[in-house]
Amino acid sequence: MSGALHIERLVKEYRPGAPVLKSIDLAVEGTGLTSIIGPSGTGKSTLIRCINRLVAPTSGRILLDLPGERVDMAQLQGQALRRARRHIGMVFQEYNLVERLTVMENVLTGRLGYLSAWRAWRRKFDPEDVERAHELLGTVGLAAFAGQRADALSGGQRQRVGIARALMQQPAVLLADEPTSSLDPKTSVEIIQLLREQGVQRGIPVMVNIHDVDLARRYSDRIVGMTGGHVVYDGPPDRLTDEHLHTIYGGTAWLE
Amino acid sequence: MKPFPKPFGWSAGHKLALAAMLAYCAWSLAGMDVSAERLASGWEQGAKFIGRMFPPELGKMDELWQGIKETLQIAVLATALGLLLSLPVGLLAAANLSPAPLRMAGRTLIAACRALHPVISAILFVKAVGFGPLAGILALVVATVGFVGKLFADAIEEISPKPIEAMRATGASFANVVLFGVLPQVASRFVGFSTYQLDSNLRNSTMVGIVGAGGIGGALFAAFLRYEYSFVFTILATVIAIIVVGEIVVNAVRKALDV
Repeated sequence: MSGALHIERLVKEYRPGAPVLKSIDLAVEGTGLTSIIGPSGTGKSTLIRCINRLVAPTSGRILLDLPGERVDMAQLQGQALRRARRHIGMVFQEYNLVERLTVMENVLTGRLGYLSAWRAWRRKFDPEDVERAHELLGTVGLAAFAGQRADALSGGQRQRVGIARALMQQPAVLLADEPTSSLDPKTSVEIIQLLREQGVQRGIPVMVNIHDVDLARRYSDRIVGMTGGHVVYDGPPDRLTDEHLHTIYGGTAWLE
Repeated sequence: MKPFPKPFGWSAGHKLALAAMLAYCAWSLAGMDVSAERLASGWEQGAKFIGRMFPPELGKMDELWQGIKETLQIAVLATALGLLLSLPVGLLAAANLSPAPLRMAGRTLIAACRALHPVISAILFVKAVGFGPLAGILALVVATVGFVGKLFADAIEEISPKPIEAMRATGASFANVVLFGVLPQVASRFVGFSTYQLDSNLRNSTMVGIVGAGGIGGALFAAFLRYEYSFVFTILATVIAIIVVGEIVVNAVRKALDV
């Protein structure tokens, strides 16, 4: 099924001999929100970024099912890599919008993978894409903000633009690298709900890195706990015990 | 107990550097035959020279207009062409976008363009393409690439990498990343540099004529040689007026564009 992700023996070393990811095996398919939890520096971000190759893995396979084909993201280069990336939406902690462009223009950049340089130069997007961008802005609750510059928005609004941009790709899988870490608690909940909702509606898997364990428990269909570059818990949120959390994060005082 | 060093104190190195600098200035001054008498007679000469400028010559408007027209053309054409070339050169020379060998090539080109004063490169271009405005245009294009190319490259190196990362993640090609991720981040600064360079080229284009590279400078130099100080005055007054008007216009443009 499209969007299914099979990660096999994934290793990433930034420095030789000091792996951050130590042979990760993980399969994510179907629909639903998978939350990856774990202490800072344990490789959650690296894992997410290996999938769309913002980080190049050292070894292992990242098999992604795309419409009509199965690709190994770990092996792709050049144009083949860019073609595969078009099907992977990504949401960032700090939104990563172009501040000086409008909300609408930022959302449309989700289509840049499909645009020739000549058309990009003339800012000539397909009329259907522009229409869909308007619909998406409605979906994320920013219909009235299309013409505003991105730097005029609040954090929560910017993250909604980031999500709309990712959805604009019509992705087969949606990744989010700590999408709530810069947001207040109420907005965090809204953003996670939006990510989950959109994943279900589109029938695609959503993978989220998250620091807030309670938030992860409340809204995830599945939780993956990582520590020291290994997966140490993989299961539904209601089976995640304090003991697991102790294994993942260490210490106990914060659990009481 | 060791005493604390005196706050804001001068180190021995600082004092030595200052003494060396003062000694060099004194030595240079002594070797250049600068004396009080020469300064005094200079004032007198200057006053005489200014006296001969009046009344200003107003009968050579044709020659003046020809020179001014050419000067403006040189400035505008050189700025336009120079900016057009500066953009790719700046991209090439930016460390965050360009691989090391290309970056070296870009930075070297920029350094070469900056090395020579426009008047010196104008002399070279007069030798190459002959007298006239073409030589002036080429000289100022080189100056523009040297100056604006460097500013462009530095500005590109300072952009936020975050939107770039997001666009690469959508599968965008390098060209599209530049068009949507890089240029919007630097556009306003580019406009700022460009207006500044137009201003600067206006000044320089009045000068390249002195070495035969077209524009009002040629007429100015000829008037000097013919001792027509009254015409010199007219030319200088016109040049100053143009520079001032140019600056006002450029400032208005910058304000209107909010850069």
